[in-house]
Amino acid sequence: MQVHVRLFAAYREIAGTDSLQLELGPDATVGELWGRLATRHLGLVPHQPAAAVNATMAPLSALLRDGDEVAFLPPVSGG
Amino acid sequence: MAQSSSTMVIDLVPGTIDAAALEAAVADGAAGAICVFHGVTRNQHLGRAVTHLEYEAYPAMALPALRAIAAEIAERWPGARVAMVHRLGRVLVGEASVVIAVSTPHRAEAFAACRHAIDSLKTQVPIWKKEFWADGSAWVEGTPLAGPPAAS
Repeated sequence: MQVHVRLFAAYREIAGTDSLQLELGPDATVGELWGRLATRHLGLVPHQPAAAVNATMAPLSALLRDGDEVAFLPPVSGG
Repeated sequence: MAQSSSTMVIDLVPGTIDAAALEAAVADGAAGAICVFHGVTRNQHLGRAVTHLEYEAYPAMALPALRAIAAEIAERWPGARVAMVHRLGRVLVGEASVVIAVSTPHRAEAFAACRHAIDSLKTQVPIWKKEFWADGSAWVEGTPLAGPPAAS
């Protein structure tokens, strides 16, 4: 299945992109997707992201489906 | 006019925030107070001279999160009207990155609700701030977003 990944702020800079498409096996979780990203971009390893699937907060254990948009959200600092 | 979520001004904008428009949006014959908060870029942080800030957001979540804060305020402080606009991109020293206007029947509620709005915005809305100095830059250490409600 294919998922669309969105990265923001520090994560975006570490990965060098704000969005990418990834091919994952069946029953992949949000946490496994983060692990894949972290093996490509070692700077992500120390971070513990909050995640959202299709713009709704989701645990790292959430199962992904084909076409999902997965956003990894660093600690927020608006205002 | 009846308060409803459709009257709330909530936005993310690339340029200068029109604070007068926010104040006008919450003006109401039933209001006895309008409190307007400007969050402004300060010229230093921890002793280091700041040249400007840069903001980015995830609008698909940030706009609903701002609306949820406004709705919570309308419920907690009956009669409150709320407008919240956050700026994105580069914000120079002295410029507002966020403006919040709240009107309520009495002043104590206006101060309390306005403070609640900015405090909630800082911890619940996916917006990020990068600080720039003459000799470098860094993402400001933020607050982790709360996870999803526990599965039932």
